[in-house]
Amino acid sequence: MSIESSGAHSRGSASVALLLALVLVVLVAATVYIFAAHLYPAPRPISQEAVLVDHQYDRTLYATGAAFILAQLGLAFAILRFRDRGQRARFTHGNVALEILWTAITLLVFVGLGILGRRAWADVRFAPAASGAIQIEATTNQFVYNFRYSGPDGEFGRLDPSLVNAPAGNPVGIDPNDPAGRDDIVVPELTVPVNQPVELLLRSQDVIHNFFVRELRLQQDAVPGMVIPLHFTADRIGTYEIVCTQLCGLGHYKMHSLLHVVSESDYESFLKREAAAQ
Amino acid sequence: MSSPRKSFAAILFSTDHKVIGLQYFFLALAAVTIGVILSLLMRFHLVWPAAHLPFVSGGIMTPEQYLALVTMHGTIMVFFVLTTAPQSAFGNYFLPLQIGAPDMAFPRLNMLSFWLTLAAFLVMLSAFFVPAGAPISGWTAYPPLSGINDVTGPGEGLGQTLWLAGILIFCIASLLGSINFIATIIDLRAPGMTLMRMPLTVWAWFVTAILSLLAFSVLFAGGILLALDRIAGTSFFLPAGLVVSGELQTGGGGSPLLWQHLFWFFGHPEVYIAILPGMGVVSHILANFSRKPVFGYRAMAFALCTIGFLGFTLWGHHMFVSGMSPYSSLAFSFLTLSIGVPSAVKTFNWLGTLWGGKIQFHTPMLFAIGFVSLFVTGGLSGIFLAQPAIDTELHATYYVVAHFHIVMGVAAIFGVFAATYYWFPKMFGRKMSESLGKLHFWLTFVGAYCIFMPMHFVGIEGGVRRYADSTGAAYLAALQPLHRFMTISAFITAAAQLIFFSNFFASLKSGEPASANPWNATTLEWAADSSETGVGSSGPRVYRGPYEYSVPGAEQDFLPQYIAPDGALATEERHAR
Amino acid sequence: MPASTVLDSLERGRGRGNGAGGGFFGDGNGSAGNHGGAAQRVYVTGMLIALGAILMFFAALASAWVVRKGLSNGDWRSFPLPRILWLNTLILIASSVTLLHSRRSLRARREADYRHWWRVTTILGALFLAGQFLAWRQMFAAGLFLATNPGSSFFYVFTAAHGLHVLGGIAALVAVAFYKPARLTRETATQVVAMYWHFLAAIWIVIFALLSRA
Repeated sequence: MSIESSGAHSRGSASVALLLALVLVVLVAATVYIFAAHLYPAPRPISQEAVLVDHQYDRTLYATGAAFILAQLGLAFAILRFRDRGQRARFTHGNVALEILWTAITLLVFVGLGILGRRAWADVRFAPAASGAIQIEATTNQFVYNFRYSGPDGEFGRLDPSLVNAPAGNPVGIDPNDPAGRDDIVVPELTVPVNQPVELLLRSQDVIHNFFVRELRLQQDAVPGMVIPLHFTADRIGTYEIVCTQLCGLGHYKMHSLLHVVSESDYESFLKREAAAQ
Repeated sequence: MSSPRKSFAAILFSTDHKVIGLQYFFLALAAVTIGVILSLLMRFHLVWPAAHLPFVSGGIMTPEQYLALVTMHGTIMVFFVLTTAPQSAFGNYFLPLQIGAPDMAFPRLNMLSFWLTLAAFLVMLSAFFVPAGAPISGWTAYPPLSGINDVTGPGEGLGQTLWLAGILIFCIASLLGSINFIATIIDLRAPGMTLMRMPLTVWAWFVTAILSLLAFSVLFAGGILLALDRIAGTSFFLPAGLVVSGELQTGGGGSPLLWQHLFWFFGHPEVYIAILPGMGVVSHILANFSRKPVFGYRAMAFALCTIGFLGFTLWGHHMFVSGMSPYSSLAFSFLTLSIGVPSAVKTFNWLGTLWGGKIQFHTPMLFAIGFVSLFVTGGLSGIFLAQPAIDTELHATYYVVAHFHIVMGVAAIFGVFAATYYWFPKMFGRKMSESLGKLHFWLTFVGAYCIFMPMHFVGIEGGVRRYADSTGAAYLAALQPLHRFMTISAFITAAAQLIFFSNFFASLKSGEPASANPWNATTLEWAADSSETGVGSSGPRVYRGPYEYSVPGAEQDFLPQYIAPDGALATEERHAR
Repeated sequence: MPASTVLDSLERGRGRGNGAGGGFFGDGNGSAGNHGGAAQRVYVTGMLIALGAILMFFAALASAWVVRKGLSNGDWRSFPLPRILWLNTLILIASSVTLLHSRRSLRARREADYRHWWRVTTILGALFLAGQFLAWRQMFAAGLFLATNPGSSFFYVFTAAHGLHVLGGIAALVAVAFYKPARLTRETATQVVAMYWHFLAAIWIVIFALLSRA
């Protein structure tokens, strides 16, 4: 049976090849356009660490973008160029040199990205909070956030889960017998001064929750049974949204709060006001 | 010489690998139908939350119902579609044929595997019908949400328990199946079928079965511990001092992270279980319809093994923000980035297979080409998620949902479609309609990209996954136009699948009759009948590699594996001389 | 000529594929040479693979044990293991020895000895399980139940999981004694049961050692 009269075969239809190539070209064009025109950007970063994340994101975008364009267009080219027009296919089992080359390049690029991205992670996660960072405790439960400040005495009072009673005004379970806890401030929204290191101590009372602020490029699960520190320095005054990203029950979608980054003086006023109110 | 027609019971409980393969196939087909309907309900609700919907008790979907859909959609798709169709359905049917074995190594065990899988499916589905409904903890079922009872939420009582029971039964079914696959490949290959002459589909099923064997055992262990936490008062995963809805819980001391480690130790290999068979099928089909050997066959086989091995080492990339040590995170990150290398090798080699070929655009080939495009897209988005600093921004947003849907929900499904169109003539003696197949391809390929490309942007802008609607944080409202576009695309693409269904079932009855080897393929499954493979009582014999297409000097542009070098067809004939 | 397919085969009741014609339905492996070496080897391979899965299962439990014990919340309570476990361990090891004896006798065609030591192995296995139940009773008496503390939880999980596997092994020992398998030779059947049994003995030693470190 010769190649020509292969019976059940249809030729490599030009229209199919063109259409498929066109779809791939449109895919590439649309994707490149959306990214290049910043149609759906992440919100403006509000910390130096967030800027590092964005830089690493951009590097990754360039590398993967190049690969995406080359691969999809290469695919489009191949199906156009090598569609069945009656030619004989090239009989080859491969090319070891070529394979070694592109494997090595891929390894370098991927591992290289990882190495370049190390700092953005290390600065936030390996390094502890700056000494003198303001410590604020974030307690999560279905489906609210509560933020506790240590108050004028600078000390957090002891917590006891059996004392948790939100309706009675003790949502995080401060022990009334502990004098250090008398002046603790517990509020549902997070207020921090601008340009000051903050260390957030994440806790959960019931299931796993999460603390995510897009503008900080920062999120962390709050795990019951653990106290997880998270530090940042916000460099832009404003109000930003805090959301929970870890599925925590039926109210997960409604679990959110606000981060207020305020001036130094406004922060002092906030502390005084709340201390009086507790 | 024919026997009387087999009774229905004999067919139902047949131990023949082809029957069992088809049973798995139709199970997966039922599962994917249910899974798609669940996802359409979800997508509709996200855009029109106040609408009255069918199948939803009470009419207007509540947040817990939405989460139940999320949980069951994910579970059904991952286990009963992606772990079932590529491996158990096509593997059972075609593995023995492709290696020249008379059946799987343990046919009765095989039958048991299928019935256990079906039992698992029914137990899983029953969670929908208990009073408090299906669980709401996602397919990942993180404790404490999943580990106490319905004090954490609706569906977390009996619903979660039934879910867990279904998973445990599925684990056993899967383990039994894996034993069969591995033993069959090791011991039942026909003479001449060396490892390096096995079709890449067989390599893929081999590695996948090993992954299943080692991963499902761990899920089973974790599931037992979770079950004990739920019903026996133990605290493997439950910390002390939990206050749920104002009630202090007893017991404690356990670690929620321990569940995550156990789960993802299974969960990450699971996604390779879902995709590897599709990769094997794509290599197989690209070669067939480019009329060229696979480019770099050895590298392809080696890449499958490397992906399988590395796949066990990098589960922690699901846990970058979980509270796990940040140093572990970095280690997992480098391992995750490195698995991109064998994945890229496979992609390059697919392109290399097409390059210089003689490409014929039959429907299976279109889906195979589509797979390559989708795998590139989905794989590359993984590079972002593999880096913990970037993952901190994208974790649990729709970016992740886009990533895994493109690789699992679309690419892997394209592998299933390609396999279906490709092997339909072999399974049923008829061909599916080419024109309907092509129409199905165009609508699905474009439609799937329309659904899942925008999802990346929702994630980059901070759209959080598993949210029942966008009425929580204020910034979510701006994402609704993208959600609308995705929902409309989803409905159109789902509707397009009806073309596949009607093509499939109509072709069963009245498709164009197919010859024994309609694609002029080289591998053993296409041998017309015993005589062509040289079977007397000794079984077929293999003389060359699996993808000898367009060999210079050969009469035809394909040289089947089972044709002896001197061209003799039947060993019986030769012996007779 | 349209290719015959599985549907045709179902109608005709005749197998299709590349193996020897006919006989696929209901009988499983239809290849000739059912009792040939290669055909028997597959059972050994299968058992080896199954042991891999079982190993992973116990390894998962063991790693959970290590993690749970290492948690810094201080709620891990050590407790003395029931003393009978030492006796049970000896019994299980003895059963492996008797099983070796039995198989050696079979290979040397000493039929009576084979049966005798096979019986002894089965009885020792049952004694082991009885001893494990007694160990549980001793734990109950000490006030250590499944949910009492994390260590006790793991104790019951490990011994129950292992015990269930041993129960399966005893069932297999009995089955080989009384039931003539269709496809396996007696040599192969005893070999795979022995592999399973020795594995369970070995893994018990590891479990016991682990629990002793509590």
